[in-house]
Amino acid sequence: MLAPTEDGDGVTRPAWAPREVDIDRPSAARVYDYYLGGSHNFAVDREMARQAIADWPDLPRIMQGNRAFMRRAVRYCAALGIDQFLDVGSGIPTAGNVHEVARLENPDARVVYVDVDPVAVAHSVALLADDDRTGVVQADFSDVDAVLGDPVTRGILDLGRPVAFLAVALLHFVPDTRAPRDVIGRYRDALAPGSHLVLSHATADGVPERAVDHVALYRRTDTPMSMRPHAEVLRFFDGFSLVEPGLVWFSLWRPDHPVGEGAERLPGYAGVGRRD
Amino acid sequence: MPPPGPPGPVRRAGEPAAPAVAKADPEADPEVASAVVELSAEDDAAVEVLAREWADEVEGTSYVPMGSDELVEYLTEISVDLVGALRTRPARTAAGHDAGRRLVHAHFTGPSTVERTLMLLGARLPELLGEDLREDVLALVGALAAGYATTLRDRTLDEQEAIRRAVIVARHQTEQALHASEARFRAMFYEAAIGIGLGDMQGRIVEVNPALTQMFGYTAQEMRRLTVGELAHPEDLPSVWVLYERLLAGELDNFRIEKRFYRKDGEEIICNLTLSLVRDERGRPSYQVAMLEDVTERHELQSHLEYQAYHDTLTTLPNRALFSDRVDRIFSTTPAGSTRRVGLCFLDLDGFKAVNDSLGHEVGDSMLQAVADRLAEQAADGELVARMGGDEFVVLVENSRGVEQLVDLAERVLAALAEPLELAGQELAVSASIGIVERPVVGGDASELMRAADITLYSAKADGRGRWALHDPHRDEAEITRFALSAAMPTAIEREEFFVLYQPLVSMADHGMRGVEALVRWHHPRLGVLGPGRFIGLAEETGAIVALGHWVLRRACRDARRWYDEFGDDAPFVSVNVAPRQLHELSLLADVEAVLAETGLPARLLQIELTERALTTDEGAPLKTLDGLRALGVRIAIDDFGTGYSSLSYLRTLPVDVIKLDGSFGERLRAEDVSDIVDERIVGTLVDLGHALGMTVCAEGVETSAQAGRLRRLGCDEGQGWLFAAALPREDIGDVLRDPDAPTWPGPRAVDGRATSSAP
Repeated sequence: MLAPTEDGDGVTRPAWAPREVDIDRPSAARVYDYYLGGSHNFAVDREMARQAIADWPDLPRIMQGNRAFMRRAVRYCAALGIDQFLDVGSGIPTAGNVHEVARLENPDARVVYVDVDPVAVAHSVALLADDDRTGVVQADFSDVDAVLGDPVTRGILDLGRPVAFLAVALLHFVPDTRAPRDVIGRYRDALAPGSHLVLSHATADGVPERAVDHVALYRRTDTPMSMRPHAEVLRFFDGFSLVEPGLVWFSLWRPDHPVGEGAERLPGYAGVGRRD
Repeated sequence: MPPPGPPGPVRRAGEPAAPAVAKADPEADPEVASAVVELSAEDDAAVEVLAREWADEVEGTSYVPMGSDELVEYLTEISVDLVGALRTRPARTAAGHDAGRRLVHAHFTGPSTVERTLMLLGARLPELLGEDLREDVLALVGALAAGYATTLRDRTLDEQEAIRRAVIVARHQTEQALHASEARFRAMFYEAAIGIGLGDMQGRIVEVNPALTQMFGYTAQEMRRLTVGELAHPEDLPSVWVLYERLLAGELDNFRIEKRFYRKDGEEIICNLTLSLVRDERGRPSYQVAMLEDVTERHELQSHLEYQAYHDTLTTLPNRALFSDRVDRIFSTTPAGSTRRVGLCFLDLDGFKAVNDSLGHEVGDSMLQAVADRLAEQAADGELVARMGGDEFVVLVENSRGVEQLVDLAERVLAALAEPLELAGQELAVSASIGIVERPVVGGDASELMRAADITLYSAKADGRGRWALHDPHRDEAEITRFALSAAMPTAIEREEFFVLYQPLVSMADHGMRGVEALVRWHHPRLGVLGPGRFIGLAEETGAIVALGHWVLRRACRDARRWYDEFGDDAPFVSVNVAPRQLHELSLLADVEAVLAETGLPARLLQIELTERALTTDEGAPLKTLDGLRALGVRIAIDDFGTGYSSLSYLRTLPVDVIKLDGSFGERLRAEDVSDIVDERIVGTLVDLGHALGMTVCAEGVETSAQAGRLRRLGCDEGQGWLFAAALPREDIGDVLRDPDAPTWPGPRAVDGRATSSAP
């Protein structure tokens, strides 16, 4: 109960202490919203996002590319017949949320959004108040029991049936000290066979200099970044069978149209794996 | 999550109304929706070109959740409406407003989206539809910009409001969670059994819990006026405050010590103190938290136990344990080559037992306390007075300046005790004997020192009351021991330091137990178990034999009575040695009679053993006594027969029932093969003589079965010796009687080694 939780900046916070609502620090969720053209953000978020874009003008496109991957992956899963989605690290709801995308394939799709950011959660709750097939849980990704055991999760998802587990643009905010692979492993063990892991992850592969600056910038937030190389990202799929085309630059993952050269201009890996 | 744009109010030729992506738009302009225009095939083609070019221009300028095809499709719908509006007469340029709104709704929020859209439409619509429409196109594009800006502004404001509302909600929830956790912590703080205090970095006490105020006896308000420094205690080790400074400096995060404090009432308490540093979010020291557990009682108990372990509760003097520790330390810490000397006065009250017996233990205890006080008064620095137990005290001089110092001390002590004590309303004289030992530390040890003190004390006692004696290392220690033993014997009898073992007397015919001989031992507190050879002679010399003999007689009769109770007719008789000195006490007969009456032992089960010497020194008194004993039914045996040179003719005049042949007669009959038949003949003659006088003959010192066989053939009735059994404790005799067929009888248990078969 009193085990300390490590926050982004390394300050330990006892488990019982509520997470502070600090809008004087940029939040990854709100910065992401800004990248995607949203206004669910504050001056600090925009200031940081503008600086990031100034350093790395491709960022908005990278974020769009990531978001587009999620859209394609959700449609892929829904097309397989999966009608339950668990989106961990869902952030601020913005255009093309999981339930909207999924319901294009299956109007009965059920979605649980999970985030640790209390503002993102409060906003999500407000937006989804009238939708009884979606739910929002405030929990830390690492606390598997809290996520899967939450009454909201239990009420909306049937964990005895396949679930699409989304860790999109999440794990690069989880440092190795928090053993993200073990955490993914615990989710994997808890999910029914036929479930899918939808994962995208930032990397410095191909863009080492830019990535260094970018990582430095994210130290301002509660959620600093851990870029990982291909081999390390691949290990998150231990226990899953990667579907074609495997773990690739996210613009190359089942694109709507053939993609030309320079896919690594959007550096980030994406993949979908099936739990057998 | 606004849905993508609405289906346009304009329907393209030959197409159904609802495109795949689009959903109903509640904000759709009813005016626009009412006007439906059919487009020409040319215009359809223009729409198709426009939508494709438009998609190419804006793709990637904003995030829209659409694939490329979906994007083209969406823009096609808007294009249809725009073209339709331009074809309406007059041109319905307000449709541009709606197009701008739909772009925002589809999340085309990037600035370059609108820039490129305006440029594309402004340039391409006149080209595609006709230059004459340029004015209308301009108005349309302007309306689109206005619609886009209005919608984006509304959307931005809505989103800002939504996110701020989310912050408020989140804050509210956080506050509630904080309230809940604060309430829990407040309860923990107030209800905690340990004292908790919070101090700032200047050492001011900021907050205290009730447990802490109770511990210190201050109110919370009073405590908040204190500083940590004011809680210092003179006995604080300097290291405590060094730790404290280091903690304030942020070098330590916490430490734990045991520390004394003063309560408000001045009383002292001892606490386990854990002091922790609380840092702010940047890691700078900001508060100190103290947790205190009152361990005063535990401490008191511990020191009380320690005190008890090393002090005598009656006199409060140090006890034997503390004294022994001190003496051991003297010998263990003094280096070889040291000239250090140690001395002690070992003191024992004279006649203390009489005080206890006549005046009661309370008076006895008071006397010990008074003596302890006087001793303590005489002790100077470096002199330790301890009570060794009973009425024994010791004064240890850890660094002796010489014998004179000890003698001087002993004389002062004796003088101090000479003054009568006022106890229980009466004046009581008290005196003590003191043994003095004074010697170099090097070359000796603690036990040697104590033994010397013991012996010397006995010497002093033997010299008479109220004296001291100085240990003389040149005197024969054995002699001193002898002396000391005889001096100690009366007290030893009172203290029941003696005990009795029983050696079976068996029938030579079947080796069954007929009787037992009572053999006395002395369990000396310092010398261990002593055999009769060490003290019987002394007892006879000092006359203590009378009291000792009487004690043995009572003890033996009591034990025999128990066997009688348990085994009835199979119970063994008990044979008790009576010394010549006892035989000449006029009271012996009466004593025996009284003991038999007291114990209820049938007289036939008692046998009195006398030595030949006892029977021959005086003829009058013993005979009378012996006759009296026999009249009671008690049997008389002559012990060690054949060693006293008594005339055989004299034997017939004696009132004797049993002769016990001295072990020396049997000695030469022990070997398997006896060549000299003289020995056999002598024994045979003695046996015949005894039988002729109607006596039972018992052989002592039977050790081999060959010897037993010969003695049996020679006619001995009873035997005694190691072959049959050693001297055994009473309980073992009972065991043997209960199970006579046990393969072997228990061996000797007494720790003095070889049991003699003939000693008194």
